[in-house]
Amino acid sequence: MSNSDGNTGNLVQSPPPGGAKAQGASHQYLSFFLGGEEYATDILTVQEIKGWDTVTRVPYSPDYVLGVINLRGAIVPVVDLRVRFALEKAEFDAATVIIVVHVAGTRGNRIVGIVVDAVSDVYSVGADKIQPPPDVIGAVDHLFVVGLASLDDKLVMILDIERLILSSVLGEAQAAA
Amino acid sequence: MDMEMEEILNLFFEESLEGLDTMESGLLTLEDGADRETINTIFRAAHSIKGGAGTFGFMEISQFTHSVETLLDEMRNGTRGITPDAIQVLLQSVDVIREMTQSAQAKTPIVMTGANALSGELARILAQKSVPAPATGQAAAPPPPNPSPAPPAAAAKRDPAPTDAAPTGPLEGWRIVFTPDTSLFKTCNDPLRIFEELTNLAPLEVTANIDAMPAFGDLDPTQCHLSWTLLLRGAIEHSRIAEVFDWVDASSKIEYEPIHGTGGSGAPVDRPIAENAKPVAPRPTPAADAHPPVSTAAKSGGEAGSLRVATEKVDALINLVGELVITQSMLGRFAEKYEPSDIEALRRSLAQLTRNTRELQESVMQIRMLPIGFSFNRFPRLVHDLSRKLGKKVELKLSGENTELDKTVLEKIGDPLVHLVRNALDHGLEAPESRVAAGKNETGTLELNAYHEGGSIIIEVKDDGAGLNKDRILAKARERGLVDSDAMLTDEAIYNLIFVAGFSTAETVSDVSGRGVGMDVVRRNINDLGGHVQIFSVKGKGSTIRIRLPLTLAILEGQVLRVGKEIYVASLVSIIETVQSTRASLSCVAGRTELFKHRTDYLPIIRLHDLFGIEPDSREISDGLLVVLEADGRRVAMLVDELLAQQQVVIKSLETNFKQVPGLAGATIHGDGTVALILDVPGLIRTFLERQGMNMGRAA
Repeated sequence: MSNSDGNTGNLVQSPPPGGAKAQGASHQYLSFFLGGEEYATDILTVQEIKGWDTVTRVPYSPDYVLGVINLRGAIVPVVDLRVRFALEKAEFDAATVIIVVHVAGTRGNRIVGIVVDAVSDVYSVGADKIQPPPDVIGAVDHLFVVGLASLDDKLVMILDIERLILSSVLGEAQAAA
Repeated sequence: MDMEMEEILNLFFEESLEGLDTMESGLLTLEDGADRETINTIFRAAHSIKGGAGTFGFMEISQFTHSVETLLDEMRNGTRGITPDAIQVLLQSVDVIREMTQSAQAKTPIVMTGANALSGELARILAQKSVPAPATGQAAAPPPPNPSPAPPAAAAKRDPAPTDAAPTGPLEGWRIVFTPDTSLFKTCNDPLRIFEELTNLAPLEVTANIDAMPAFGDLDPTQCHLSWTLLLRGAIEHSRIAEVFDWVDASSKIEYEPIHGTGGSGAPVDRPIAENAKPVAPRPTPAADAHPPVSTAAKSGGEAGSLRVATEKVDALINLVGELVITQSMLGRFAEKYEPSDIEALRRSLAQLTRNTRELQESVMQIRMLPIGFSFNRFPRLVHDLSRKLGKKVELKLSGENTELDKTVLEKIGDPLVHLVRNALDHGLEAPESRVAAGKNETGTLELNAYHEGGSIIIEVKDDGAGLNKDRILAKARERGLVDSDAMLTDEAIYNLIFVAGFSTAETVSDVSGRGVGMDVVRRNINDLGGHVQIFSVKGKGSTIRIRLPLTLAILEGQVLRVGKEIYVASLVSIIETVQSTRASLSCVAGRTELFKHRTDYLPIIRLHDLFGIEPDSREISDGLLVVLEADGRRVAMLVDELLAQQQVVIKSLETNFKQVPGLAGATIHGDGTVALILDVPGLIRTFLERQGMNMGRAA
């Protein structure tokens, strides 16, 4: 799960080619690797990316909640997406990063860290390039996949992190998403 | 302008409420003997309130306070004796003024019922005197020796009697209450035109009063239901203003009132003119209208509590920050050029930084600290009123009023304390006859005491009354099935029964001097603050309720514990002691509930590792340590592997970004940046009991 090849296709595409399809506004997505597959999330939900940190386990939490970390004085829960998506567990190494996202919960803005294998790239993707997800998508609960973006030769799954976090981590109603 | 006005207004409210407190405490000391300075102080406070209220257009307050002031003035001049009767009325007046001020502050209409009732009372007292006439007596009064320090501005007077002879500031403007007849529009008059005309004279503030507005369905658009309060800021001659109103003069009610600059309370230069002579006294404009809440921001600002901080505290803080900057520049040097020989200097600088940081932390915490006197202050009055009502003689002793505690804690402890004091008066202290019969002094003593102990503040409510009746409480508890009939309980466990919800209705124990109403609420409030309550009582000698509270809610005096690889923090306040158990002291009930014999009690053992799913060093109880915890009157022994340091920890919320976790009160950050979780002892015990599925409500 190195990110060596993920970066080659530097796909930061400015406006979609061919004005005909310009009806879809282009949006930026941060992509990351998880078990060899590439996923992406709306970059606006991302607050920061930080290295692996000591996590304090919290009792009575689901197994995919690794615990809490200290983010400059704030106590922030950390979710292991591999566990959440029932992927094989990986050792945390130097490339392991925590993407800190903020989601709008019913009780205000929450900050949550998600552990991924590596961060890959930032893509600009026009709405017209995103296809609705098929019913069956491998390991990931299709509820959390909002679309598939085909970029050059590869497919990137775009996740609805907000919904994922709200429903599974914070136990809030999905209605928020 | 509006923001500023709002600020000044808030200052007035703050000062008035403070002034009322001053009056109240002054009046209470008057009971024990008159002292000229005290009366002066009370008088000055009343005077400031009257002046301020007048300036800001709270005529109800100003007028009512005026009659209070008249009475006080006569006392001050010695033309009137100080009778308990008069003091009582004055105390009630303080309450009424406070209520009026508070409703003015809340921008709700001022209710006059209390004031009207008391006005009669005041008039009666004023009339009792054989002095020529109250008003004249007052007129003869010299201006106060120390004119009140700073009434926000001069009083604008509109009292019927122009008696308050005092220097007057220059005319600064006019307040005009314009109440047109409903037929205003039919006479082809447009109020807007009038206001525009006035604006040409001077800056104008207009506030509409929509009180008389009928419901929408009943609204006749051809009629004028509005009245206005106009603030004209400029030294304009009255005649020029009157000219503007010339056309509507005959059909409308217009009241003029000059506003004067500072310079004591001012009698108006021009006599206030009330056209259509009816002074609108009782309900002219509701307070809200006098000062329009034009900016909503300012309105909501009132709710965000403010803090008055002593200047020296702020000065200390500035000094410390200065020192910190110096230390920082000392350390910065090493980054530029570092020689191994500098290590000693570096160490010194770091030590200094440590000290600066600690002092800075302490000073910042100090800012939130207020003396408990703020909370104690209300008790002289409460005891005075209540003892009168109950026909008991009580001497209240306050001590340790200067003990400081966090503002939040201070605010939340007020109500529980009132409760305890009421209970002590109502159920604790006996009536004079019974006291005499019991060979005690006829006057009961109620002591309120506060002091620091360790990292906590202790507040004691102590009476020398009849004490709790253990047998009676126990009998009642058995009758209600709260305690097994054969259970042996310690004294403390019995006293703790009065905290059980539902046990505490008055009729259960009050007739035998037990305590009772809402004691469960008292204990819950105190537990919520991270404190706990203890009761000591000797039958026939009295009771002491001892409250232990953390000094602040932001910092916890914690004991760091280790279980396996995990670190937790427990509040020191909840820890009774920590013991190494011996096999002999352990027993097992029904094969699953483990008990630990602690002195005379058997305590259930909480295995923290089981509860939280941790891999411990050892599952053997005798290998670990048992921490005896107490919360909600229950004690348990918690098994941990090791005790680490005792330290102050800053409490952080787990809920902000995550969720509430049973058994945890929050989290804190260690020196190395990692997170440690803080145990919520009451919650932990509850979780444990739920898991055990057993009902051991009172196994103390």
